[in-house]
Amino acid sequence: MSRKLLLEHINVPGINTFDVYRSKGGYASVEKALKTMSADDVVEEVKKSGLRGRGGAGFPTGMKWSFLAKPEGVARYLVCNADESEPGTFKDRYLMTHIPHLLVEGMIIASYALGAKASYIYVRGEMMPQIRILEKAIVEARNAGFLGKNILGTGYDLELYVQPGGGAYICGEETALIESLEGKRGNPRIKPPFPAIAGLYGCPTVVNNVESIAAVVPIIRDGGDEYAKVGVGRSTGTKLISAGGNLKKPGVYEIELGMPVEEFIYSDEYCGGIANGKRLKAVVAGGSSVPVLPANLILKTAANEARLMSYESLADGGFATGTMMGSGGFIAFDEDQCMVRNTWNFARFYHHESCGQCSPCREGTGWMEKVLHRLEHGHGKLSDMDLLVDVSKKIEGNTICPLGDAAAWPVASAIRHFRDEFEWHVNNPAEAVQRNYGLAHYADPLAIAEPVS
Amino acid sequence: MLSVQNNTVVQAEFSAGLLSQFADMVSRYPEGKQKSALLPVLHAVQAEQGWLSVPAMDRVADYLQIEPIEVYEVATFYTMYFLRPQGKYMLEVCRTGPCCLVGAEKIMDHLEQKLGVKEGDVTPDGLFSWRGVECLAACGYGPVLQIGPEYTFYENLTPQLVDQLIIDLKGKANN
Repeated sequence: MSRKLLLEHINVPGINTFDVYRSKGGYASVEKALKTMSADDVVEEVKKSGLRGRGGAGFPTGMKWSFLAKPEGVARYLVCNADESEPGTFKDRYLMTHIPHLLVEGMIIASYALGAKASYIYVRGEMMPQIRILEKAIVEARNAGFLGKNILGTGYDLELYVQPGGGAYICGEETALIESLEGKRGNPRIKPPFPAIAGLYGCPTVVNNVESIAAVVPIIRDGGDEYAKVGVGRSTGTKLISAGGNLKKPGVYEIELGMPVEEFIYSDEYCGGIANGKRLKAVVAGGSSVPVLPANLILKTAANEARLMSYESLADGGFATGTMMGSGGFIAFDEDQCMVRNTWNFARFYHHESCGQCSPCREGTGWMEKVLHRLEHGHGKLSDMDLLVDVSKKIEGNTICPLGDAAAWPVASAIRHFRDEFEWHVNNPAEAVQRNYGLAHYADPLAIAEPVS
Repeated sequence: MLSVQNNTVVQAEFSAGLLSQFADMVSRYPEGKQKSALLPVLHAVQAEQGWLSVPAMDRVADYLQIEPIEVYEVATFYTMYFLRPQGKYMLEVCRTGPCCLVGAEKIMDHLEQKLGVKEGDVTPDGLFSWRGVECLAACGYGPVLQIGPEYTFYENLTPQLVDQLIIDLKGKANN
């Protein structure tokens, strides 16, 4: 049984209310931080914890905080990124729905650490029910003296607000989110300057994912060193995994980083295996942006070692044979799924969500969608696969924000690992619109090269 | 996309309830940064009026002391804002990868057939519209759909559940 640091009390009835959350030790971390620690002490604990940003990039949270500029007389802001919209990811929705006070508590501690007097939780607009839940939690926390003026008599003042988005994946990118919070289109900004220097209203700003902020609560409660003991290597602590697709028990699971992927998919404590007695064909391990891997490569690395749910193990082999932890959006594909159709679907998504600022992304995502559409509908050419790889390479690295990379990787990786399925679509167009390619050889054990002596 | 609906009566004035919501929204930002309230204000207008007409957007600009173009460029960028009238119930089905792995395309086909209108069109009785939308961050509970302005959420959909939902909504509209 894996240790739970965020969802320990998730099944307690009424845990979404202040009173029950408080009775389970909630807001003790706020008391500890505000009454016994300086702001710098809090930053130091988060640094020691090794916590890495849970939104997808995996950048160390404590280090991000320590970059925040602190010019005299200028406001500083903390903004929580709750614009969860990476396909495959739904952990923040779960956390905000069921245990909203964990986020509110984390926001108070993090705001104190950064010296923010007003902080915002930017929630995607479609999550109106979660916005209402958070607003209720904020009122409850304020009534109990944890928000507002002179919190717990410590002299620290904080206002916390919830801001709705308008429906745009790009606003999950931190500078686009800041633009949106300023009432503008979600066009990412050119960096530098980084938000730590000039963010919201031109002031120093930290933007953190919901889960990163929530993780601050157990870090302050137990200490950064204790938190760092959980997990493996530089993948410290626990991670919320959103498990979806063709799994027997899809849902949100908190795992200790370092658990074998095979255990996560097949054990009854977690996903319980593939739905309807089917076999596993492929997995997107960290949200739609990260490279897709066939079943054989997600369960074992190219070196024939068990693949683990950790930042390092998922990335083992680079993009040739590995993938990324990303946001922890774990999408399983069963043997009946078509990789061409899914790649086309993802390409359409990125084309739809491109903000249009940078030509490589605006144009490239459109062309990838068009070419994949014709492949899926039986009009593809054998040269299309190289064309897609070529377009993806021209997008990757040539855009202001990472949406371009996010659009390029799923297409490039699908062709890298499933090229024969794409070729089958071209060579058998009539058959390809009738049936799917199936599991083929994608779960077969890989030939492992003899070690060079 | 931005077209004035000449034949539609537009509520030019905002209700007292809306104006008090606006005031609360503007109070969340530092002085002079009232433009930050634009997205929530537009949501509030749409919740009351069903969509964003040009006169309504112009009045929002006036209220927030910004140029009308600053409102139009935001309203056209974000997918949640409707620039023309929709059915009373807009059924938005997630059409992105993970939901398609568990049957979202069948749900959309079923809706089209059941309601008898194409994506984006309104049923003759004015009650329903439907469209596919991108990932709603509920991939473990797919297929899913949402209905504004409350954004009520329906999970693990089947054609039978969709049929029942349509019956329930018709009943609600007639009461």
